[in-house]
Amino acid sequence: MTARGTGTATIRVRLFARYAELVGRAETAVSVSLPATVGDVVRRLRDEIPAARALPERPLAAVNLRQVKLDAGVRDGDEVALLPPIAGG
Amino acid sequence: MAYLTRSPISLDTLLAEVSAPERGGTCVFLGTVRNGPEEQGVTAIEYSAYEEMVEAEFGRLLADADGRWPEARIAVRHRLGVIPSGEASIAIAAAAPHRAQAFDACRFVIEEVKRRIPVWKKELRIDGSATWVDPSGRPTARPSDLPSHA
Repeated sequence: MTARGTGTATIRVRLFARYAELVGRAETAVSVSLPATVGDVVRRLRDEIPAARALPERPLAAVNLRQVKLDAGVRDGDEVALLPPIAGG
Repeated sequence: MAYLTRSPISLDTLLAEVSAPERGGTCVFLGTVRNGPEEQGVTAIEYSAYEEMVEAEFGRLLADADGRWPEARIAVRHRLGVIPSGEASIAIAAAAPHRAQAFDACRFVIEEVKRRIPVWKKELRIDGSATWVDPSGRPTARPSDLPSHA
């Protein structure tokens, strides 16, 4: 656990490819109480947007352009991205 | 450095970025849109990406490669958008003093791309259907069957 800070954080959440299609949007924002983790952000997203329940409970994720584990901490203003299985090349 | 392009990839440009008299071996990898017996009539693949992260992650990936093969020079481009079958979606050029380094560096980069670079592809078929592809190269399962990642 590397969560930081106290209070409330607003997290920009970005969705890509199949996840964006499933949820019906490519971007949203959620508020979480600090300290909070990426996993908390995913849970909040699934709670607030019914279509987001189609996403896996433990997706690949990135914070501020770096892949992280779901127990990574988030801070106010962070960008959390939920990444479908990577299929480039 | 812009590693992404929406235009056909110019191999000449990549080779010019890595070539030098002291680098006697150059290895090139091209990944092209496949339409074989398993693809069932794929006419093109639509590539999309988390573009800001792709640029950042390619920078980190090439820094990792530079740490392993400091005498090598590597250039890479990944194309996005609708790419017809037979055209290249990715090109990697790795030049080094000797061929073993060039082969190893080129292989390292494509394998790391498959693991780290957030790009996704949707197969477009001749019958008008479209299917997201998972990392194993097979179409994705139903939403309820989506995999979890520890």
